[in-house]
Amino acid sequence: MPSEGDAPTRTVVVWCADWPAVALGRPVDRPVVVMFANRVVATNPLARALGVDLGVRRREAQRHCPEAELVERDADREARTFEPVVAALDDITPRIEIVRPGSCLFPARGPSRYFGGDAELADRLTLAVRRQLVIPTAVGVGIADGAFAATLAAKRSAGMEAGGTDVSVIVPPGETPGFLAEFGVGALQQSGPSSPDLVEVLVRLGITTLGSLSALAASDVVARFGAEGAEAHRLARGLDLRPPRLADPPVDLDVSHEPDPPLERVDQAAFVAKALADDLHERLGSRGLAAVAILIEATTTEGHTVERRWRHDGALSSTAVAQRVRWQLDGWLTSTQGRRSRGAGALARLRVRPTEVVPDVGRQMGFWGGADAASIRARRGLARVQGVLGSDAVMVAEWRGGRAPGEQYRLVSVDAVAVAADESFDLAAPGPEPWPGRLPDPPPALVWQRPRRAEMHDAEGQMVRVDRRGGCSGEPARLSIESGPWQAVVGWSGPWLSDERWWDALAHRRRARFQLRTVDGTAHLVALESQQWWVEATYD
Amino acid sequence: MVVLDAPGRPLHSIEQVFDTVRMVNPELAEIVERLRPTVLSGERTLPVPEALRPVFPLGGLARGSRLSLRGTGAASICMHTVAEASKAGSWVAVVGVGAWGWAAAARAGWSLERSVFVAEPPTGQWGTVVAALVDAVDLVIVDPVHQVSATDARRLAARSRERGSIVVDLAVDDGRRRFRWPTEADLTLTVESTEWAGLEVGHGVLADRRLRVGADGRRGAARTRRVELSLGSNGALSVIDPAISPAVVGTPAVAAVPSGRHLRAV
Repeated sequence: MPSEGDAPTRTVVVWCADWPAVALGRPVDRPVVVMFANRVVATNPLARALGVDLGVRRREAQRHCPEAELVERDADREARTFEPVVAALDDITPRIEIVRPGSCLFPARGPSRYFGGDAELADRLTLAVRRQLVIPTAVGVGIADGAFAATLAAKRSAGMEAGGTDVSVIVPPGETPGFLAEFGVGALQQSGPSSPDLVEVLVRLGITTLGSLSALAASDVVARFGAEGAEAHRLARGLDLRPPRLADPPVDLDVSHEPDPPLERVDQAAFVAKALADDLHERLGSRGLAAVAILIEATTTEGHTVERRWRHDGALSSTAVAQRVRWQLDGWLTSTQGRRSRGAGALARLRVRPTEVVPDVGRQMGFWGGADAASIRARRGLARVQGVLGSDAVMVAEWRGGRAPGEQYRLVSVDAVAVAADESFDLAAPGPEPWPGRLPDPPPALVWQRPRRAEMHDAEGQMVRVDRRGGCSGEPARLSIESGPWQAVVGWSGPWLSDERWWDALAHRRRARFQLRTVDGTAHLVALESQQWWVEATYD
Repeated sequence: MVVLDAPGRPLHSIEQVFDTVRMVNPELAEIVERLRPTVLSGERTLPVPEALRPVFPLGGLARGSRLSLRGTGAASICMHTVAEASKAGSWVAVVGVGAWGWAAAARAGWSLERSVFVAEPPTGQWGTVVAALVDAVDLVIVDPVHQVSATDARRLAARSRERGSIVVDLAVDDGRRRFRWPTEADLTLTVESTEWAGLEVGHGVLADRRLRVGADGRRGAARTRRVELSLGSNGALSVIDPAISPAVVGTPAVAAVPSGRHLRAV
């Protein structure tokens, strides 16, 4: 039994099934399959009945159901269409938190007492949501101790509704552990914060239900699995992920912004959202904190204030916060319900406040699932490396275009590159434009970050010089790199003169480049600049 | 658990059991099989270009192994070896080789969206960082400029075996000193000779290359395989001669052995 201070908050979860499919607005009599990163993330009931499961690849989905419409996921649209639903629930309770478009939760005690019981509350909720849905879908309401149990209850309720019976699942107070016991550990990943790796290991160890997981000693679970296991163990026992916080985070963590001119159009929202999110991330980061739940508040020019809370299973990354702020602004600016709730006037002041913070234990990655396992594993591991070495220590090569081998590809920090939807990086590809003066292929395997000082002598032992017109003072005969042993030059070609940025006094560079190969089989790209020879690259 | 390799004589460590080619005791071989960590990933090897397949005992990069590349031209061979796996979807991390020629890697066929560069970690953290990368990606290319400790080497070997990742170690010739690894690599590829074509005296450009690559397994467990390769200026890698058997190349002609003497296989 949980101790007094540990008692989980009785929570209501409202869950609309297949929201990504519903948000698209397609009629229900045609099968619809929503794709993300080449995998199925949502289906409407008809497509499901025809055999398309979640998580299968595009080809397999098409095989099961050739007439299904395959649509790319549109997260923005999902959020926009969910705003009216949440706004309708505002009348029932003020403390709604959106978890993701299609699912929201709030504490049950107050509203339940007000409406005369859990069952009455659930009925009201179901009715209110149904009224807002343009495309009908199964709506599940779950009430239980703790958000995790309530989510499972809501999903079960939606499942039952789809089957014909219109029932909300209400787990009586105190019976949550019993309710949870029969669920499989997969629920920790599908409806909770655990990673697929953890679930896989649990299954391999023979722990297949939440009941068997909760039966283990907490100390053993922590010893074997660490913090992630401790989380999963708490959830399996029916406790909240984190003990209810005792104090609100300090007010100076809030960020606010007054857009000038006041926000009226959606396209301005993205920029503002990013600025707010970056600011918040920096403030939290400087204290080693990360936000788990945020409150987004907007004040219109007429003085009217609207707010919305968002909650996440784990810590919210800067990108995640920016996305939610953008969605919320989208919802307030575009949907009729949103416009009605904010009243007349543009948004003059925006505030984002972290309502629940946790110590920042690592970097966050993209929060949408569906990417391939290797990329997720790579991203997670690279984040760990960034944690040890710093975020700039992990870089990717980006095509820039240029003449010299070192200029064509530049290393940029992984974070600076936009992470494309499928978890691999979206990098510029070599363009078709020709680069006059570009050195011929094949490109050298080693391009020295700092060119290596060298000496190049002709057969008489004199340094080889090159005049303005490209005439050599002698034929290259011997090369010594960084005062190393002299190597005989058996082949050479050049000079290729390059006179770059002649108009810029500071950046002006004049170089004469040669390719040469030495008797031991090595080949180098060398350059003479300001009376000094340098090895720029080695064809290793 | 104490493992005996002969009645009454305990082994020093479990790892030696995996290293030993000769099994003194058939029961021990059975124990080794049961103890061997399961390769979690789907296949036992990662693909390599067709031209390089002859040098790999399993026809590809053995998951969980360490590959060592030496000789002039090792960097290019490394790029080509890894290219197929990268194209097939594997992630690659290059650690600390600041001079890595990304244009050449792209030309060899690398998928740069799945390749990352990690700055050389401070010596004290090298082991931790590379171990984390072994967990994260399929191929980790390293070029340590410090002496890799026995602990680090063992930990990497165990982690990579468990994860099915491959560690590739290079020794770039940049004037700095390199140290020997405390443990032997599962496979060592040495570029024994390089011949460039196209660059004459005073004219031409570096174009095609002819390389002879030799492969050696651990402690001579596998016989040396060799292959002659041609690396074109367009990046295409092809075989010139079929693999030459070790008995022919490099060793003096075997004279008739007078009876009574026994040859020992090396």
